[in-house]
Amino acid sequence: MVTIMRTFIFLTTLLLYACANQPQSESVYQSLGGLPKIEEIVNNHIVEIEKDPVLFEYFKESDVERYRAKLTEHICFHTGGPCEYTGDNMERVHDGMNMTEADFNRGIDSLIDAMNEADIPHRVQNKVLAIFAPMRKEIIYRP
Amino acid sequence: MKNMRKCISQRSGLIVTMLLYFLMAGQTLAGQGKLLETAGLTQIEGSGGGGIVPWATISGYDSRDETSLSVFNTLVFLDDYRLHSLGASVGLFDRVELSFARQNLHLSASGEKIRQNIYGIKARLYGDLIYTTLPQISVGAQHKMLVDGAVASAVGAKNNTGGTDFYVAATKVHLGAVGGFNLLWNLAARATKANQLGLLGYGGGKNNDYQIMFEGSVGILLSRHWAIGYEYRQKPNNLAGVKEDDWQDFFATYIPNKRFNFTLAWTQLGDIAGAKNQQGFFVSATGYLW
Repeated sequence: MVTIMRTFIFLTTLLLYACANQPQSESVYQSLGGLPKIEEIVNNHIVEIEKDPVLFEYFKESDVERYRAKLTEHICFHTGGPCEYTGDNMERVHDGMNMTEADFNRGIDSLIDAMNEADIPHRVQNKVLAIFAPMRKEIIYRP
Repeated sequence: MKNMRKCISQRSGLIVTMLLYFLMAGQTLAGQGKLLETAGLTQIEGSGGGGIVPWATISGYDSRDETSLSVFNTLVFLDDYRLHSLGASVGLFDRVELSFARQNLHLSASGEKIRQNIYGIKARLYGDLIYTTLPQISVGAQHKMLVDGAVASAVGAKNNTGGTDFYVAATKVHLGAVGGFNLLWNLAARATKANQLGLLGYGGGKNNDYQIMFEGSVGILLSRHWAIGYEYRQKPNNLAGVKEDDWQDFFATYIPNKRFNFTLAWTQLGDIAGAKNQQGFFVSATGYLW
């Protein structure tokens, strides 16, 4: 009887431990499909920007290859992937752009399109957006 | 013949909304600055909200540098009544909302109708539905003027001409919060003397003072285009002769783009002016013209 109880307690503890650690064991980075998918999303995003005159206006002076590399690192790092972000902070990156709220949301719409094109499931997309949404205040209206 | 005319006048509102939508679709206009789904819907009294509850959202897709204009048309088919609400709303810089709604309650048995005009104003005080940690918070007022006051007098309302409701609303979307789906909640507190939205006048034998009523909405955004949810609206019970119950509804909304949304709901509105347990369908469309 005691053995059964002990086994039960052990298994329950194991189960609870496994459950409690579920979110950590599957990072958003992993749900996305790792670095290859992030690279695909960033590539789609850049193509979207090039097609959109409103968004392109903000990037016309930018070095596309630098933007590609830093954005890939940024997404990889913040979604819990094995990368280091070596770019400037968000304020510095967007200084002088004076990006409006409407154009920021246009950029988010473009990012959603980029994720759709990369076949990222809706629920994973939302988790990505949840990570980056709080950064908006560091990005918009920076003269 | 009379019924048919009535029917035509109701449908014409919807047709006008649809026509304007199709005319405007494809044109580049202002007021596109919010993310899809985040403008909310239009509630039964003309304010930006859910179906029956006002939200803290400003009615259109305007961002802080833009303006918006939307029109809405709502029909509620109940056992003994039919409520038609038609109106328009202006959003100014995602800060202020000005709205107008014309309500028309048809009593199926007698063929009588009760009409009411509602002028609404709302101001966003704080926050952003999506981007701030704390919810978006707005205050608003709905000034209601009853056109047909005879029924209000008959059921014992102290005032059969009009009244003003004041509310505060907090609304928030939590991205990916429920198994990866976005969760929306709204809580509003309303100071009111209105009986059945004011269609049965203001105040009564049981109570003739302002009371605070709580109203709530919760929704799940199933995709970028579909949302489902539930709403509850506490109601005063001022009249001595006829009971008034709290309202609730389950809704499903389709939002194909930033020009249009369509809502279908199942409503339970309880007793209305002596008619028991009124239930039925609620259909609503909002078109965003600007």
